Amino acid sequence: MNKTKERNEHPLDELLRTDRIPHIWCPGCGIGTAFSASLVAMKTSAIDLQKTVMVSGIGCSGRGAGYIKLDSYHTTHGRAIPFATGMKLANPELNVVVFSGDGDLFAIGGNHFIHAARRNIDLTVVCVNNFNYGMTGGQAAATTPCNARTTTTPRGNPETPFNLPFMAFAAGASYVARWTILHTRDLTKSVEEALLRRGFSFIEVLAPCPTSYGRRNKQKPLDTLKAYQERTVIKHACHPAEVQLDFERGITLGKFFDLERPTFLDMYDRTCRPQERIEKSEAV
Amino acid sequence: MKYWRVPLDADQIEVTRGIVHIVAERCKGCGYCIAFCPRDVLEVSPRYNAKGYHPPQVKRADECVNCHYCEIICPDFAIYSVEASADLV
Repeated sequence: MNKTKERNEHPLDELLRTDRIPHIWCPGCGIGTAFSASLVAMKTSAIDLQKTVMVSGIGCSGRGAGYIKLDSYHTTHGRAIPFATGMKLANPELNVVVFSGDGDLFAIGGNHFIHAARRNIDLTVVCVNNFNYGMTGGQAAATTPCNARTTTTPRGNPETPFNLPFMAFAAGASYVARWTILHTRDLTKSVEEALLRRGFSFIEVLAPCPTSYGRRNKQKPLDTLKAYQERTVIKHACHPAEVQLDFERGITLGKFFDLERPTFLDMYDRTCRPQERIEKSEAV
Repeated sequence: MKYWRVPLDADQIEVTRGIVHIVAERCKGCGYCIAFCPRDVLEVSPRYNAKGYHPPQVKRADECVNCHYCEIICPDFAIYSVEASADLV
């Protein structure tokens, strides 16, 4: 009876392409935690994993699709949501999860995001926000906080970043939440809720990027997590316009919005296929 | 953790016991599990894994209550805990 016997199988190994692990994410990178929280949520939400697809764009977070042992798509830059939309419309039975980064979903893919939220397509979007373009060397992104230093803003970022939950809410998403990788249990619960929620669900996950963003802003990975611990305030049902993301003044976390409304497929069937709908309801 | 008073049903509560398993070859030495373990079970190991990182090692095995926090915060799928009774069988 050896209490500390070597064991090499992790409980999530059944959902991982273990031949590709260890993954490419840097030591201290938060994407791994966000990814593992999504996998746990997929397992615990009891959705049919044979009918679950993960779609990723380009970037560090975009590698997620390569590590999951389910059907997955690694798409072109910014186009994770269009691929996911197509997949969902072609086969409405699928549970489509988009796992990608802030640069991919909100900079090059910003319009796709807005329109998918407007149409309320039944997707679950997990956006890992690490405040910069990590994979290409730490350039300023649409989410880089004001005054933060990056490769392309060595004297500080003069721009104002996007408020992602507000944008998702304004565009018409059904579920909007924000967590950090430190709030892993809440994050997992939130992804689980989003998977079961019909309609466009958006979860922003704040994650440290020690190699690119942290190094230029004097944030060691543990410092970032300590900041997440000390400066975050959980305010459920806070109006997304009042949500803060500022390492000095505070970071608002929580489930901001959760309201079911007809999805794109419901509306499409109602408008363009009324005959089939009548037949279906008669058959039932 | 110190409590300023003892819960009334303290004698009825069964505290779970856990055993931590570390997949050392996957670890990248970020230290999240060590820093955020609520019972301070882990510490940095002096030995290296094949990639040259220091994986964690169990310092106070009896303190683990199987909360799984190390497992869910680990970005590298390198640590997990199982309930002690199940493992000892």
